[in-house]
Amino acid sequence: MATFDLELVSPEKLLLSRPVEMAIIPAAEGDMGILPGHSPMIVALKGGVIEVRGGGQPAERLFVAGGFAEITPTRVTVLADEATPVDQLSRAAAAVRVKEAEAAYEAAANDLPEVREKAMDRLLSARTMADVAGAA
Amino acid sequence: MANLKDLRGRINSVKSTRKITQAMKMVAAAKLRRAQQQAEAARPYAERMERMLASLGAAVAGSPDAPKLLVGSGADQVHLLVVITADRGLAGPFNTNVGRFARTQIRELEAQGKTVKIITVGRKAGTYLKREFASRLVGEINFVGKKRVGFEEADALATRITGMLEAGEFDVCTLVYNRFKNVITQTPSAQQLIPTVLPKAETVETEAAGAWYEYEPDEATILAQLLPKNLAIQIYRALLENSAGFFGSQMTAMDNATRNAGDMINKLTLTYNRTRQANITRELIEIISGAEAL
Repeated sequence: MATFDLELVSPEKLLLSRPVEMAIIPAAEGDMGILPGHSPMIVALKGGVIEVRGGGQPAERLFVAGGFAEITPTRVTVLADEATPVDQLSRAAAAVRVKEAEAAYEAAANDLPEVREKAMDRLLSARTMADVAGAA
Repeated sequence: MANLKDLRGRINSVKSTRKITQAMKMVAAAKLRRAQQQAEAARPYAERMERMLASLGAAVAGSPDAPKLLVGSGADQVHLLVVITADRGLAGPFNTNVGRFARTQIRELEAQGKTVKIITVGRKAGTYLKREFASRLVGEINFVGKKRVGFEEADALATRITGMLEAGEFDVCTLVYNRFKNVITQTPSAQQLIPTVLPKAETVETEAAGAWYEYEPDEATILAQLLPKNLAIQIYRALLENSAGFFGSQMTAMDNATRNAGDMINKLTLTYNRTRQANITRELIEIISGAEAL
């Protein structure tokens, strides 16, 4: 089957770089399944799980806390704020993060809408992380 | 001429100094390698980010409601200088070079009638600039006690700068730090952060793809998220180059110190032996002339 190159980078290192057959990424406006030959796009990501299939290796699932993805027909580059393989997620850390995000959201209750929106994004991302960690 | 006991003492003390500088050189070399690895690891993200920014910036830059982070506040009156140095000394002219460079910049800007504000990163920048420009300092950050700088620190600083921009506290933001050329050479340099200097949008690949990107959500929203990230990345890169440069400089400085200590030991040993010889000769003469007098 046809493949394309997937690169997953965080500010601190290059996490994944290999040919894959399909990738599912959590775009801000809904999950996207990407196959080779996708039309060029730049999308924002929300907190969620990136699933990578093919390339002669078992499917991989990684949690990202947000970021961007650049998609071209032959290559997908994901710039993640933070990425962790799903089976290494810790439920305790996720719970802590949810609590922090909730507190931040409460604190931002009277702030500008943009600030609240940002806090909401973080909260949603943290909740997704907790869900994923709980399911794993 | 110093007596033998003093000379022996000095030789011993220089020998222990040499041991210390030698150890520091080794430590700096090991840390340099780590810092370089960290810088290496951060490069892919910065490169991809630059590519994305190039294609996005071109799409948005012309519009009147382009974000402030991209185009600045439109004025050129208040300059914010972020000066980055190391927290520790004993690294040759590393910290002083940045300090001197920053000072020249500040003087130039003030001569043009601009207002200057300074944020220092690293303990040495603070102490260096405080003497002369204490009234312009608006922030001091250091990483004393931290083993390595992470992305979070850079992100926190970027958030703070963005906040200041939103509050209209400055118009132009410039980063002053030591650019890491190689282990021996670090050049102090200034890099403008705000307004953003956009990389050229002519990557070969976009052309090869033969199409422009679709954006989801729209360009403005993505750009609004991308720019603060980019700011943090630029700062992160400067911090990493700073720490790599620091260890490089420290290694060179300590290497020199070790060599100087070696030279010193040779010289002192020579004096010591000459003195010893002179003493023996003198005693012999005394004995012989004493014997002849009889």
